[in-house]
Amino acid sequence: MNIVVCVKYVPDATADRKFEDDNTVDRVGVDGLLSELDEYAVEQALQFREKREGEDITVTALTVGPEKAVDAVRKALQMGADSGVHVVDDAIAGSDYLGTSLVLAKAIEKIKADTGADLVMCGMASTDASGSVVPAMLAERLGLPQVTLASVVESQGDQVRIKRDNEGSTEVIGATLPIVLSVTDQSGEARYPSFKGIMAAKKKPLETWSLTDLGLDAEQVGLSVAYTQVEDTTARPPRTAGEVVTDEDGSGATALVEFLASKKFI
Amino acid sequence: MSEVLVVIDHAEGEVKKPTYELLTIARRLGAPSAVFFGSPDQGDAVAEKVKRYGAAKVYVIDDAPIKGFLVAPKAEALQQLVEQASSNGDLAAILLPSTFENKEVAARLAIKIGSGLITDAVDVSAGSDGSAVTTQSVFAGNYTVQAKVTTGTPIITVKPNSAAPEEAEGAGAVEAFAATISDAAKGAQVVATQPRQSTGRPELTEAAIVVSGGRGTGGNFEPVEGFADSLGAAVGASRAAVDSGWMPHAFQVGQTGKTVSPQLYVANGISGAIQHRAGMQTSKTIVAVNKDPEAPIFELVDFGVVGDLHTVLPAARQQITDRSAAH
Ligand SMILES: Cc1cc2nc3c(=O)[nH]c(=O)nc-3n(C[C@H](O)[C@H](O)[C@H](O)COP(=O)(O)OP(=O)(O)OC[C@H]3O[C@@H](n4cnc5c(N)ncnc54)[C@H](O)[C@@H]3O)c2cc1C
Ligand SMILES: Nc1ncnc2c1ncn2[C@@H]1O[C@H](COP(=O)(O)O)[C@@H](O)[C@H]1O
Repeated sequence: MNIVVCVKYVPDATADRKFEDDNTVDRVGVDGLLSELDEYAVEQALQFREKREGEDITVTALTVGPEKAVDAVRKALQMGADSGVHVVDDAIAGSDYLGTSLVLAKAIEKIKADTGADLVMCGMASTDASGSVVPAMLAERLGLPQVTLASVVESQGDQVRIKRDNEGSTEVIGATLPIVLSVTDQSGEARYPSFKGIMAAKKKPLETWSLTDLGLDAEQVGLSVAYTQVEDTTARPPRTAGEVVTDEDGSGATALVEFLASKKFI
Repeated sequence: MSEVLVVIDHAEGEVKKPTYELLTIARRLGAPSAVFFGSPDQGDAVAEKVKRYGAAKVYVIDDAPIKGFLVAPKAEALQQLVEQASSNGDLAAILLPSTFENKEVAARLAIKIGSGLITDAVDVSAGSDGSAVTTQSVFAGNYTVQAKVTTGTPIITVKPNSAAPEEAEGAGAVEAFAATISDAAKGAQVVATQPRQSTGRPELTEAAIVVSGGRGTGGNFEPVEGFADSLGAAVGASRAAVDSGWMPHAFQVGQTGKTVSPQLYVANGISGAIQHRAGMQTSKTIVAVNKDPEAPIFELVDFGVVGDLHTVLPAARQQITDRSAAH
């Protein structure tokens, strides 16, 4: 059995993220890394494999992104994934959800043709786009059920059960493999790569694919054919810091209440 | 006038406020048709409610055959509805309240009908040619982005509190829509649900006032909850408070929790990490109580108190109670 984990290379959230002149996300000028939320997906993929010791389960980390995006795959390999695939092509730049999900789906199909892929794992959202839609799009494109936002993942044979928080309840969802699964940051701390892991990662197979390798044309993806267009991006004016008072013998509460009253909240 | 589909957000026929916001927004683009996934018994009652906000039509899709199955059946039903609506006339947009479920429904629908998708809009308006232009707040609220769908029928998910609901009488004509759901769409199923106990406080994402607590509560949320109650507010929490097991995850505000955009947000014992900001930065007025004057949260506030939340909040609560007793 093969698990494909989709990992995205994103601009560091704690850095100064910005846009390019063509209103696409600056993915080169800002330091990037494996999306923290996808580390949870890698962790759950590894645990899935570890819990089912004795079975032949492999984990492939897959990313679609610019040159540097290979770092996301490398990190997944260091954490313990068995192999990696990086899809990179200038024509992909500026793709929206539909374009990105198309490339990912084609890559998954290619991996599936080689090794089988019964489980596609994703993070709950990318930390840059935060759409939480790519897993559902992959499921639609691959004709699979989707089981999303898991905080607990359990499996037996080809049955998968997850627990998740829904709007007003906690739910248990069941499905039969093959599926697309996404996990949240509630699913459990992701491991750090060990020294051994870092050394071992260097010898693991890592393939680089272009659009041609996936049987796709440049005209099918990228900014020029995106289904959506960003027309304008504006930096939010920094909030001008308001009044800050220091509490002394209850003065803070009085000032707070006066502020709230002046704004008609009480 | 072109038609705009608006998916109704409801719990057992109880229509939620974001639906009225969406109907208000939809009228900027065309004539709203509300889409009700639910029990046909409740169709008329729901129609009565949504017509007050301008729904010309109300499509009722019986959810009995698809209840408990995740996402895919709703996407199939919507695809069929979109096909019918497009063949009858011009379909300007499909609007859905931005919940996780709806975003996934929208995602599948976008692939099915080959349309562009925009998620988490905080505003939608008609551009110069009448088509939908969306506003989104991205990068933890540090950027505002204007976008539009260039291919297909725009599918847009809209966050709560994106517009003030405005009443406008619509015809509210009820139309049953019979969708055909494939077996393939029924691959993921809810096998158990445990409803969360209601706190009796307002819904976090819909509340006008949110009072949150973080690690600085030290696990004692009483001052936060008491203060919230004196303001009629919802209670929120930082991830640190959730990870410590002090509050359920449903209360988490931030990147991986809820995004809130209330009139007033009060952060107590919360440092103001970027991931927390992502969920509250667009609040109209921000107040913080924190004992560290250097806490980054103070960069955002309209008003701040450097002090211990365990003394400031109960005292403030007392004063608010005294005031309302005096009135
Ligand atoms: C991928 C990812 C996703 C994340 N998602 C979220 C998210 O959705 N939401 C979220 O909140 N965080 C999220 N985080 C975590 C975030 O980075 C911070 O760790 C978290 O917000 C810190 O919570 P805090 O402010 O309560 O705790 P701290 O940062 O520890 O701050 C506690 C504050 O309380 C103050 N304090 C202490 N005692 C008192 C007192 N008695 N009275 C008043 N003040 C006091 C301190 O001065 C301090 O400023 C995420 C992180 C990652 C990596
Ligand atoms: N370019 C990408 N490469 C690999 N995986 C991706 C990519 N974009 C999105 N994903 C996966 O889809 C999930 C949700 O992304 P999003 O819908 O953008 O929030 C992420 O957590 C990843 O697992």
